[in-house]
Amino acid sequence: MNFFLEVFTGGLLAGVMYSLVAIGFVLIYKASGVFNFAQGSMVLFAALTFVSLVERGIPFWGAFAITLITMAVLAWLIEVLVLRQLVNRSPITLFMATLGLSYIVEGLAQAVWGAQVHALDIGINDEPYEVFGILLSQFDLFAAGIAGGLVALLGFLFNKTRIGISLRAVADDQLAALAVGIKLQRLWLIVWAVAGFVGLVAGILWGARVGVQFSLSLIVLKALPVLIIGGFTSIEGAIVGGLIVGASEKLAEVFIGPLIGGGIENWFPYVLAMLFLLVRPYGLFGDKAIERV
Amino acid sequence: MLYKESGQFVTTYRFDKRFFRLKQERLAFALLLAFAFLVVPSIGNDYWFSAILIPFLVLSLAGLGLNLLTGYAGQLSLGSAAFMAVGAFATYNFNLRIEGLPLIISLILGGLTAGGVGLVFGLPSLRIKGFYLIVSTLAAQFFVQWVFTNFTWFSNNSSSGVITAPPLHVFGSDFNSPVGRYLLTLTVVVALGLLAKTIVSGELGRKWMAVRDMDTAAAVIGISVPKTKLLAFAISSFYLGIAGALWAFTYLGTVEPHGFDLTRSFQILFIIIIGGMGSILGNFLGAAFIVLFPILLSNLSSGLFAGAIDPGQLENFQKMIFGALIIFFLIKEPNGLAKVWQTVKQRLRVWPLRF
Repeated sequence: MNFFLEVFTGGLLAGVMYSLVAIGFVLIYKASGVFNFAQGSMVLFAALTFVSLVERGIPFWGAFAITLITMAVLAWLIEVLVLRQLVNRSPITLFMATLGLSYIVEGLAQAVWGAQVHALDIGINDEPYEVFGILLSQFDLFAAGIAGGLVALLGFLFNKTRIGISLRAVADDQLAALAVGIKLQRLWLIVWAVAGFVGLVAGILWGARVGVQFSLSLIVLKALPVLIIGGFTSIEGAIVGGLIVGASEKLAEVFIGPLIGGGIENWFPYVLAMLFLLVRPYGLFGDKAIERV
Repeated sequence: MLYKESGQFVTTYRFDKRFFRLKQERLAFALLLAFAFLVVPSIGNDYWFSAILIPFLVLSLAGLGLNLLTGYAGQLSLGSAAFMAVGAFATYNFNLRIEGLPLIISLILGGLTAGGVGLVFGLPSLRIKGFYLIVSTLAAQFFVQWVFTNFTWFSNNSSSGVITAPPLHVFGSDFNSPVGRYLLTLTVVVALGLLAKTIVSGELGRKWMAVRDMDTAAAVIGISVPKTKLLAFAISSFYLGIAGALWAFTYLGTVEPHGFDLTRSFQILFIIIIGGMGSILGNFLGAAFIVLFPILLSNLSSGLFAGAIDPGQLENFQKMIFGALIIFFLIKEPNGLAKVWQTVKQRLRVWPLRF
C-alpha cells in the first residue's frame, strides 16, 4: 500500500510539471484561439538561453531577467511576423503555422547556443523526504510549490487586473472585445510574453530535473493529453489534467507496464485522453462549442 | 496564347468526368508518363533513382494519402507515419508468412491492413473534432511505434524490430535493380494517383469536401458524416500503408519502427502544406520540394561557404529555413505550389496579354 501511495504521489508531483507546460498553451489558446504547438520549443529556447547565461557567469536573477526580455522580444516578433499576417485564417492554418514556428525556434535555440546537454543546478538537493511514511522527492515538492505560486499569480492577473479582464473579454468574443476598444494586438503580445514566462519557469524546472537539451521541446507531447483531458480553455483544467495524467501514467507504468512489455508511458496518456474525450468531447473544464449552420 | 480551350466543349457526362478536360493537358500528361516510363530509365543513373526519384515518388504517394484525409475531408492528422509503418510491417508479414503470395497481393493486403487500423483510429472522429482529434492520431503514432518495437513477432524476431525487404519479383520479372525499383514504384504511384483523382472528382470526393467545409451543414443536406469521415480515414490510411511498404521495400530496403516516427508524420504534413491542400498535383510538387530542397541547401553551403558551416549547424539552419518556408507559404500562398502552377497556367492561357 505504501508503495502504491508513493508511486501515486510521485506521479501527481510529476503531473504538476506537465501542467506547467500546459498552462502556457491554455493562455494562448484562450486569448487568440491559436493552438500553439511551439510552446515546447519556447520552453527549450527559454531554458537554453537561461542556462547558457548562467554558465557565462551571470547571476540567477540577472539571467532570469535577460531571458524574460528575450522571450518578450520573441513574442513581439511572433505577433508581428506571424500572427498579424494570419488574422482571420482557419484554426488549422494557425496550428500549422505554429508547427513551422516550432521548427524556427528550435533551430534558432540550437544554432545560437549549441546542441550539447547543459546541466542546470538551481540549488535544491533531490533527496527524498519522508511524509507520513511515504518518501517524496524534495525537488518535486519544490516544483509543485512553484507551480502553485504561478497559478495563484496568473489567477490574480486574470481576475483582478485590467489586462486580465480584457483577456477574458477577448476569450469570450473577439469581435465584441474589439468593438469596445480592447487593443487585440497588444493583448496578444502580452499573452505570448506571459506564455514565454511560463515556458521559462517550466524550462528551468524541467531543465534542473533532466538537463537542458533538445528533448525538452518534446514535453509538448506530454502536455497535449493534459490539455485534452482538462479542456483547452481552462487553467484549472490544465492543473487537474496534469495531475490525472501524471498519476495514472506512473501507476500504469509500474502496475500494468510489466504485464505487456513496458515502455507504455509514451502512448498511455493519449489513450487515456481518448477515453476521456469519448465521455466529454470538450475536456473536463473546456467550453462547449455550439454549432450553427 | 500557348494554351487555349476554345472549341473544346463538354457534350456528354462521360466527357465531363475525364481527368483532364483539355486536349493539351491530356497530351502533356501522356508525354509526361512516356517520359517517366521510357526515357528516364535509360538516362537516369543509380544515384538519381535511389536517392531522389524513388523517395520523391513514395513521399508523393504518402502526401496523397494524407491529403485525402486532411486536404479533402478536413480531418487533421499527425499520425501518418504510423499508418505507413502498419503498411510496411503488414506487407512484410504477409509476404513472409504466406508461402508463394505474389508481392503485389501482399502489398495490397498490407495497404488494406493499414486501412483497417486507420479506420479504428478514425472512430474517435465521430465524437470529437478539430484539435481534439489530434490526440487520436498521435495515439496511433505512439502506440503503433511501441507495438512494432516491443513485439518482435512483427519483425520475425529480428533485433530492435528491423525488417528487410524480400526480393522484389513481380509477374516473374526481377525488380531489384535501382531502375526496376523505380519502375515498380512509379507504376504503383501512377495507378493510385489516377484512382485518387477518380475518387475526389466523384461522389465521395464531393462528400469529403462538404464535410471539410462544414460538417453540420453537410449533415443537414443528408450526407452521412460518420460514414464519410471513416471512409476518409480508411482510404487515406490505405494510401499511406502502401507508401510505407514502398518506403521500406523499394527505397530503403531495411527499415526499423523508428524510421516511422513523428518527424516523418510532420514531413508528410509539410509536403501537403507546401504542395497544396486539396490538390492531387500538389503532393508531387510538395514532395519534389521536400526531397530536393535539403540537397540543394547542402550543395549550396558546401559550394558557397566551402565547409565553413559545420553539419550540425547546417541542420539547424535547414530547420529554421523549413519553418520559415512553412509560415511563408501559409501567409502568402495558402493553397501551395499547386496554386502557383494554376496561376502559371492561367498566364499561359492569356499570354501575351496580362489578363
